[in-house]
Amino acid sequence: MSSTSKGNGEYKKMVMSAKEYQAFAKNREPARSVVKNCIRAFLSGGLICLIGQGVQEFFMYTFHMDALKAGNPTVAVMILISVILTCLGVYDKIAQWAGAGSAVPVTGFANSMCSAALEHRSEGLVLGVGANMFKMAGSVIVFGVVAAFFVGIAHLIFGTGGMH
Amino acid sequence: MQKGKQTWWFENRPVIIGTATVVGPDEGDGPLAADFDFVHPELDMGQKSWEKAERLLLEQASDLAIKNAGITNEELEFFVGGDLMNQIISNTFAARSLGVPYIGVFGACSTSMESLAIASMIVNSGNGKHVLAGTCSHNCTAEKQFRYPTEYGSQKPPTAQYTITGAGAAIVAPSGSGPVVECATIGRIVDLGIKDPFNMGAAMAPAAVDTIQAHFNDTGRSPGDYDMIVTGDLASVGHRIATDLLKHNGVPMEQTVFNDCGLMIYDIARQKVQAGGSGCACSAVVTYGHLLKRLQKGEFKRILIVATGALLSPLSFQQGESIPCVAHAVSIERSEVQG
Repeated sequence: MSSTSKGNGEYKKMVMSAKEYQAFAKNREPARSVVKNCIRAFLSGGLICLIGQGVQEFFMYTFHMDALKAGNPTVAVMILISVILTCLGVYDKIAQWAGAGSAVPVTGFANSMCSAALEHRSEGLVLGVGANMFKMAGSVIVFGVVAAFFVGIAHLIFGTGGMH
Repeated sequence: MQKGKQTWWFENRPVIIGTATVVGPDEGDGPLAADFDFVHPELDMGQKSWEKAERLLLEQASDLAIKNAGITNEELEFFVGGDLMNQIISNTFAARSLGVPYIGVFGACSTSMESLAIASMIVNSGNGKHVLAGTCSHNCTAEKQFRYPTEYGSQKPPTAQYTITGAGAAIVAPSGSGPVVECATIGRIVDLGIKDPFNMGAAMAPAAVDTIQAHFNDTGRSPGDYDMIVTGDLASVGHRIATDLLKHNGVPMEQTVFNDCGLMIYDIARQKVQAGGSGCACSAVVTYGHLLKRLQKGEFKRILIVATGALLSPLSFQQGESIPCVAHAVSIERSEVQG
């Protein structure tokens, strides 16, 4: 065997503590630009809302609905668009650019359910699609209901009008 | 024969008599495309589930490796392999198809060199004549099991890595023509407290450094004894950290070429893979497909492959545990180079 012998035990073992190493590694990781992400989220989220507004106006003027009534079909259309884009494999690519901009609107919620349903269809309709569809959306619903409960309690105690 | 503390020296010089690599569309779009035996144009490979597709990759790679080695299915005696799936199910199904005695191993992305080291030890000790070492990974099965559904719109940070779709297999024999497996250094678990599964390069870099240094200490060698030293899947972040750690520890890596399979398999600037590639197949397809071809062409005399693995489970990181990592190094020589 050939070697330009260095002799055993030549190289020292790692002497860094976990804390020192984490700082060492942190210095060598690319930074995530918060400002850039915020601007992208503002633009993309704003664009999705603008499209939603357009759809709502369409229902208001074409079907003579008021703004409140036009809300439901608008949400349905936005969900449909999101589901189609998810099935075409486009939504996740948009999200890589848009970040929170495509995650926060109702389209992001639809994407979380649709993607889970697609992914787990191989495990069957009940144990796969049914059981996993709310895998990520479930948290939104749970904490949404919990938050609504506390808002409702606060509403009741401080009595700012109550029922309309 | 044990050499030093953690190195196995294969004095009977087992030979890799045949290899095969099968990859997916993204790897086929990368700079090493020409070196792979088969490129699937679609991620699902015509299968009903991602899991079935991953299994198919390994079955195809194993069959091709047997063919490339010039042996028959009956001559294959043992199969050593593992993958990233729960209970290493892809390898088990592939072993079912092969129908040979099977040792399932788990080393996450270090499985490639772990299985090659074990296969070489079996052959070196005379306990087998034709042993297959194989591993596979699929981008979508890994996403599904470790992260989110594949179509879920979540933004990945720049430190994230892209799991490779592919499988690599090698057949080790006591003699024949092909690269020689000279020795293997088995790594220990190194965990310096990185918890972010989207930053596996940083988690694994210390394990790679630990094994590289142990290898030099056990063998009395230095980086200059290798024409190239590659890590498995540290990608851009981990490779940078490992390079600086080795420098910090006084290892003269400038004597050799130090690279990473996760950086070689993709065109990082063009393909959207964040920091680079990862997965069991990453070091397997780059080594068996690309590096061994260059070795046999005469470009290298001896190379060291340090496959790195992040041994986290989907449960462990959700429970806030840090990521335990390991690296196994295997030294491979061109056959006419005698020690």
